[in-house]
Amino acid sequence: MKKTYPDAAAALEGVLFDGMTIMAGGFGLCGIPENLIGALRDSGTKDITAISNNAGVDDFGLGLLLQTRQIKKMVSSYVGENKEFERQYLAEELELEFNPQGTLAERIRAGGAGIPGFYTKTGVGTLIAEGKEHKDFNGETYVMETGLVADVSLVKAWKGDREGNLIFRKTARNFNPMMATAGKVTVVEVEELVDIGELDPDQIHTPGIFVQRIIQSKDLEKRIEQRTIRTEGE
Amino acid sequence: MAWTRQDMARRAAQELQDGFYVNLGIGIPTLVANFIPDGINVTLQSENGMLGMGPFPTEDEIDPDLINAGKQTITELDSTSYFSSADSFGMIRGGHIALSILGAMQVAQNGDLANWMIPGKMVKGMGGAMDLVAGVKKVVIIMDHNARDGSAKFLHECTLPLTGVGVVDMIISDVGVFTIDEGGATLIELAPDVTVEEVQNRTEASFKVAEGLS
Repeated sequence: MKKTYPDAAAALEGVLFDGMTIMAGGFGLCGIPENLIGALRDSGTKDITAISNNAGVDDFGLGLLLQTRQIKKMVSSYVGENKEFERQYLAEELELEFNPQGTLAERIRAGGAGIPGFYTKTGVGTLIAEGKEHKDFNGETYVMETGLVADVSLVKAWKGDREGNLIFRKTARNFNPMMATAGKVTVVEVEELVDIGELDPDQIHTPGIFVQRIIQSKDLEKRIEQRTIRTEGE
Repeated sequence: MAWTRQDMARRAAQELQDGFYVNLGIGIPTLVANFIPDGINVTLQSENGMLGMGPFPTEDEIDPDLINAGKQTITELDSTSYFSSADSFGMIRGGHIALSILGAMQVAQNGDLANWMIPGKMVKGMGGAMDLVAGVKKVVIIMDHNARDGSAKFLHECTLPLTGVGVVDMIISDVGVFTIDEGGATLIELAPDVTVEEVQNRTEASFKVAEGLS
C-alpha cells in the first residue's frame, strides 16, 4: 500500500472529522509538523481535542488553530507563550487539561504500546492527582495515569523513506516518536523523503509500521522562539 | 550584604559533584552552569531530550532543531546524546538524575514546593517541574527570600497549589542557605552581613539554626 502523498492536504484527506482528537509533535516550536498543522487549519475541522506539549505561539504552530477557534480542548504541560490561548481560556471558550510533561510523554508512549494505565510518583499530593486511583508500592504512594491515543497523530521527522521509517534530528525529536505510535492514523512530514534502502536500518528511530501516510515538507519556517547567542570568545 | 542572583548561582554550584547528571530549571538556575568548579565534570540534562548541553551558540551555530527546555538555542558537545521526551522523563522519574536546581514561588518547612500556578491568574502549566521533583535524587531551590511585596516565601505551609510534597532538600536564597530533612528545616549558612535575626524576621517557616551561626 502506498504511504506517500503529494502534499499535506492530500495526506489528511478522509481522516479528519469534527470532534476528533489529534496529537501534534514538537516542543515549543521545535519539531512541529508545520505543513500538516496548516492543512488541518485549512480543512476547517472543528471541536478538536489537541494533545501537544505546548500550544504554539499566537501566529504559529497550534496557535493558528486557536486563532480560527478550531480547538475545543488542549491537553498540554505548558502553554505560557500564547496570548490568544490565555484570552480564550480565561473567557472559558477553551478547555484545558494540564499534564506534567513526563506524565504526558508516558501516557502517549503507553497508549501507543497498548498499556491502558500505569502508576507514577509524579504529582502525588497535588491537584493533578485529585480523584485518581492511588496505590502503594514498596512503601511509596503512586497515582494511576491512563494511556492516550489519538484519531490522527501529526508528526515531524527529519528523514523518512517510502515505508515510513523515520529518523529525527537533535531536540526536534521530543514527543514525535511516541505520538507516531499512538495515532490510529499517523501522518508524517519529513524534510527529506528518500527511497527504500537509503536509510541505515540500524539508525531508524521510528519503524514504518507506525506510519500510515508520509509527505515531503515544503517551505518550512522552523521558527526560533528564544534566539540566544554568546559573543565570540565568551 | 545579601546575595545577588549570581552569588546564589555560585553557591548552588557548590552542590555539584564530579560525575553528576544535573537538570537546571529556567531562570536563575540556568546561571549555575557558569559557575561549575574547576575539576568537576557534570553533564547537563535538558528535559526536551538532550544530555550533554553545551553553551549558547554563536550566530553561525544557531540551529532551530537544537534548543533547551527554556526554548533557547543551544549547542551540543562531543559527548551529547539526544532522545525522546519519554526517554528523557524515564531518566528523571527513574532516579538517574542526581540533582535538580529549580526556582520557587513558595516552599514549606517540610519541603513542600509550589512553583507552577497562581489560581485566578493565568496558569502557564507545570512543564516538567512535577516530574523533576518527584524523580530527581536531590532538589535544590534558588529563590528570592521574599516576594516583591515583601511577604515571606518560606512558609509553615504553602498556600499555592503544590508541585510536590516534601520534595525540597535545600533552599538557597539571597539571605542564606537552608537544608530540609525529616527533622525539619535548618539554616546552615548566612549571606555576608545578614543576621539570624533578620532571616527570622523575613521568614514564616520554623527552622533551626546550625551551631556556630550567629
